[in-house]
Amino acid sequence: MEEGSSMQHAEANEAMPLPAALDVSAVSHAYGRKHVLSDVSFSVARGRFTVLLGLNGAGKTTLFSLICHLYNTRHGSIRIFGHEISRQPGQALRRLGIVFQSRTLDLDLSVEQNLLYHASLHGIARLEARERIGTLLGQVEMSDRLRDKARSLSGGQMRRIEIVRALLHRPPLLLLDEATVGLDIQSRADILAAIRNLVANQGISVFWATHLIDEVDDDDDLVLLHQGKVLANGRVSDIVASTGTVNVGQSFALLTRSASTHRGGHKE
Amino acid sequence: MTPLPAPDTMAAGAHDEPAFGFAQYLICFRGIVFREALRFLNQRERFVSALVRPLLWLFIFAAGFRQVLGVSIIPPYKTYILYEVYITPGLCGMILLFSGMQSSLSMVYDREMGNMRTLLVSPFPRWFLLVSKLFAGVAVAILQVYVFLAIAWFWGVRPPLAGYLLVLPALALSGMMLCALGMLLSSMIKQLESFAGIMNFVIFPMYFASSALYPLWRIQESSPLLHKICLANPFTYAVELIRFALYGQIELTSLLVVMACILLFLGGAIYAYDPSNGLLSRRQDTGGNA
Repeated sequence: MEEGSSMQHAEANEAMPLPAALDVSAVSHAYGRKHVLSDVSFSVARGRFTVLLGLNGAGKTTLFSLICHLYNTRHGSIRIFGHEISRQPGQALRRLGIVFQSRTLDLDLSVEQNLLYHASLHGIARLEARERIGTLLGQVEMSDRLRDKARSLSGGQMRRIEIVRALLHRPPLLLLDEATVGLDIQSRADILAAIRNLVANQGISVFWATHLIDEVDDDDDLVLLHQGKVLANGRVSDIVASTGTVNVGQSFALLTRSASTHRGGHKE
Repeated sequence: MTPLPAPDTMAAGAHDEPAFGFAQYLICFRGIVFREALRFLNQRERFVSALVRPLLWLFIFAAGFRQVLGVSIIPPYKTYILYEVYITPGLCGMILLFSGMQSSLSMVYDREMGNMRTLLVSPFPRWFLLVSKLFAGVAVAILQVYVFLAIAWFWGVRPPLAGYLLVLPALALSGMMLCALGMLLSSMIKQLESFAGIMNFVIFPMYFASSALYPLWRIQESSPLLHKICLANPFTYAVELIRFALYGQIELTSLLVVMACILLFLGGAIYAYDPSNGLLSRRQDTGGNA
């Protein structure tokens, strides 16, 4: 009887799908009376590169702030690998590596001091942190800048350090909010390629917010956010096919235009 | 840029990781204190200006007022004292007050520059992060007070030797109260530019409407209303706690008021910085450029 029960349990476990890397369900948010997000729902699958595409002011950064628990989710729920951010913020945040839109390095500290500080905020001992920092800085070809003040780095170099920092505690999900804004073409391409490489070779899940259509690949997953609402969600190639367009740029233009027209129609 | 290495736990994720143990909490605490210390060392002018301010009061203001203001024998003093001796605890309080507000300024700066977000997205509990930051700020402030007391010793302000040790808990408690107040204020200040308001509406009124410069009985003689304001000012109790501790005594009322204020201000700051209750998510500046 017990054996049967444990077998059933094992079967049930096998049948139960693993939770998504990120699951956003019916999330709304407002600053006072200003509604920024309305009933936003989507998932980021494990080991996938998911793009959050939206114009400036679409609500991308607010959504990021909710996912990072900087703001509380008052309406809806956000789960990271099954851990709800409001109820288990510690478990959820341990699985998150975050690169914010604006620079968040302490400019008066050295690269090493910035990274050691981040490691301590994740409870990583100095010895182990130094090892990880050495490896990661080598990979981004910045080992020689270890002792330099963050202030002396270029924009692209700062971004690389921020990515190293986001990976230091070995998170399975990486969030990047407009990570290539303000960078030159080569730095943008390098950073995007490195992040895509993480997905392809290491199975890390990435949630990449951008307003630049040329950063979207046909094989990516896409969440199209416009005026606080999700207009489309799925594989880019599927969205392009379903809208009857030839590329994601046209799909984006079509969907946002029709959403704006629809909203305008309602107003009338 | 060569391919980045993978975290070795990437495939996992769904399983509960063991809760942080004492060692991890200690690592986090040390990291926050170490960063504050580094920031302080990197800003030497901050250290110098924190010392120059009370020393000017001691060398110039107190010397000038020595002849004007007589201080009768009041506890904890057992003899007539010079005015310099009287205002020294108040000047220690001044260092703590400015340092507390400085930490408030640095939190607003961190928030504007985005550094605050790296702290707030740590998986450690928010209250622990804020308390660690509070301790870091207090440690830096106490260091400044001891340097000031050492200089004051050469100026003839010489409390009993044991007083230098006994005053440490009083400095720690007063520093915590004022840093917690600074932290609470930082949650309410939207922009760095608003810090001038803190100077005018918090630091100066707190300092002048207290027992830092004049004994309370003298204030009562000149203005009963001002005396009542001084009694309602938590800074008065911080100064008296330091004054008595410096002479090896405990002023119980001051101790209780300071401890109650720590709980109140720190509780308020934790409330304000907690995303589930806080004030921050109702506006668009914390998380950045929402």
